[in-house]
Amino acid sequence: MDFDQTEDRRMLAETLNRFLADRYDIATRNTVAYDAPWHSPDLWAQMAELGILHALADEDHGGMGGTGFDITTVFEELGRALCPEPVLGALMGLRLLSAAGAETEAVLEGTERLAVAIAEPEAPWGLDHLETRASKAGDGWALTGRKSVVYGGPSATRFLVAALEGDMLGLYEVAAGDARITPYGMVEGGGAAELFLDASPAKRLIPDARTALQDALNAGMIALCAEAVGVAERMKEMLLEHLKTRTQFGRTIGSFQALQHRTVDLVTEIEQMRSITILAADALGGPEADRKAAMAKNLIGRAGRLMSEETMQMHGGIGVTWEAAVSHYAKRIVMIDAQLGDTDYCLSQVMEGLQVA
Amino acid sequence: MELQFTDEEIAFRDEVRAFLKAELPEDIAGRVRRGEELPKDDYERWHAILNARGWLATIWPKEYGGPGWSVVERHIFEEECAMASAPRIVPFGITMLGPVLQKFGSKEQCDAILPRILNGDDWWCQGYSEPGAGSDLASLRTKAVREGDHYIVNGQKTWTTLGQHADRMFCLVRTDPNVKPQAGISFLLIDMDAPGVEVRPIKLIDGVHDVNDVFFTDVKVPVENLVGEENSGWTIAKFLLTHERTNIAGTGFSNQAFDTVRALARSRRVNGRRLIDDPLFAARLAQAEIDLEAMKITNLRMLARAQKTGQPGLESSMLKIKGTVIRQELNDLARRALGPAAAPFPAEALAGNDAIAPEDHRRNAGAYFNNRKLSIYGGSNEIQRNILTKAMLEL
Repeated sequence: MDFDQTEDRRMLAETLNRFLADRYDIATRNTVAYDAPWHSPDLWAQMAELGILHALADEDHGGMGGTGFDITTVFEELGRALCPEPVLGALMGLRLLSAAGAETEAVLEGTERLAVAIAEPEAPWGLDHLETRASKAGDGWALTGRKSVVYGGPSATRFLVAALEGDMLGLYEVAAGDARITPYGMVEGGGAAELFLDASPAKRLIPDARTALQDALNAGMIALCAEAVGVAERMKEMLLEHLKTRTQFGRTIGSFQALQHRTVDLVTEIEQMRSITILAADALGGPEADRKAAMAKNLIGRAGRLMSEETMQMHGGIGVTWEAAVSHYAKRIVMIDAQLGDTDYCLSQVMEGLQVA
Repeated sequence: MELQFTDEEIAFRDEVRAFLKAELPEDIAGRVRRGEELPKDDYERWHAILNARGWLATIWPKEYGGPGWSVVERHIFEEECAMASAPRIVPFGITMLGPVLQKFGSKEQCDAILPRILNGDDWWCQGYSEPGAGSDLASLRTKAVREGDHYIVNGQKTWTTLGQHADRMFCLVRTDPNVKPQAGISFLLIDMDAPGVEVRPIKLIDGVHDVNDVFFTDVKVPVENLVGEENSGWTIAKFLLTHERTNIAGTGFSNQAFDTVRALARSRRVNGRRLIDDPLFAARLAQAEIDLEAMKITNLRMLARAQKTGQPGLESSMLKIKGTVIRQELNDLARRALGPAAAPFPAEALAGNDAIAPEDHRRNAGAYFNNRKLSIYGGSNEIQRNILTKAMLEL
């Protein structure tokens, strides 16, 4: 039993932390995150050069990591800096390309940017209610359907799309130029897109991709959980600073027990968030991976909302202004819940395990 | 990062399991499983079995008869015992007084008292809380006045757990009323059969008698029963309160409670379906499972840190808060799982063919009410939040 990070991962975390701290103060972040293309192509290239993306793929597929704990190491730092770069798409995309035995080099080097398109307007969670269809078209395939809130969609060069041929859920690749894309920014910054496929030409990567897609979802959920841990740790620092410096009634507001006890509860929840993320990261790729990822995402959803609402409340009016850095963190940690599987959906997945097993 | 126990730790766990399977008497485990009040004899039999194996005083150093376990081994032992429905080790002599004597007591006190704890010759109880001194323990007023070779003790202690069985009490008394409260307290050992000691039962919310009031009227206590210096009792009390408690999260109890509720919800039929297929019940149970899984990792993280640094860490307060809240939630689910069948009281009111709840679950409602104490005793969860505020947040 050992909960210390390996030396390699500690160095990775420090490198990424320093890099983001140097080039990505909150003002820069907000400029980048709230305007098209909702990320910084320069920063993306530099991150790729640092080898950050290599940490997300395993050695057999050109990377240097790819385990649950490599993923959590990277995403916790991304969360701490509130980084809106489309790393989630790279992570999930690299896992899918690896499963397909496809080339990963251009993605690892940052020249190709992937977005993974699974969710649809009426099927936001999981793989069971998708409607996008694939059909044979000459030597290749054609896809028809709509993919919704595709993260990193505005800057993606290629989309990896889940689509049905008959009952079989496959993985297809669509070049950005071959589909209609409506890009937009998100409420907390960063970009997403609607992807309209109308007999769009596609290449089939995996005929029966259910297992690979679920694995990519699991990895993505764990990444989001770790990101939330990083966001929460930074919010804790900001909250403590505020409680120690803000004066009312002639004393710092941190001297009021009403706020102290709520703060302790938040700090306790952050430990729970970190613990459940460790549990899920450890299980990634194994027989318990789906259920542990769902457990983690459920707890993160509940604790994240508490963290957000309580931190805003204790900051007072300033906490709901655009100007305050904490408000952007508060938005991100709540909106993480809406990605890949929310509190309720994940709880239903955990419930099924209780009922069936 | 390694979440699993080492091979040696797994071998140790298997050894503990085999021991429990062979040695834990089934009649005792049955009473624990059903949540019944245990007679004194059950505790004494179990202590004797553990002592024969050298596994009773798990936190004592080897020189005093402890097994010399690591914090992880202790955790494994405690968790396995809870899962097997072993009675808890009565903590007052073993977990509380033992370490206090080893740190603050004289050699004579250690020699005279420690072996008797191990052998079950003395049953100890704790004299801390008073009617006017709960969370504000330092305001205690039970007074000890020195007269020659004795202290004369007058006052009242309360919430004295299993005091009805006790031969002796370790007790915080006021020896100097003229200094600030913490500076005038001493740690005294009192014989429960001394003239002037009177024990009166307190019946708890579920009808169970496991706590007591203890009254002292001109009780003569020899001065050699003072532990440490006079007026240094608060230091000892603090040592005891912050003393390493690996079991503070109670994960073994919660694991056991979770498994029990899940089994009940799978077997019980309610309005045409299994209770577990009621999505509202299943959702609450799933959420409790998630919180418990997270807490188990939090607990292990803190154990791993304690193992490495030798320091228990303040996070034990977090574990106390989280651990008690989760256990209470599971107790609530166990009560609700029975619906109206949780009502018959006492548990034996409906037995045999008349019973409506499974045998192991007839006390679920009582246990729910009784375990509201979990977040109150041992430093209430609000006091834990104060401790954490002071230590972690530096506010």
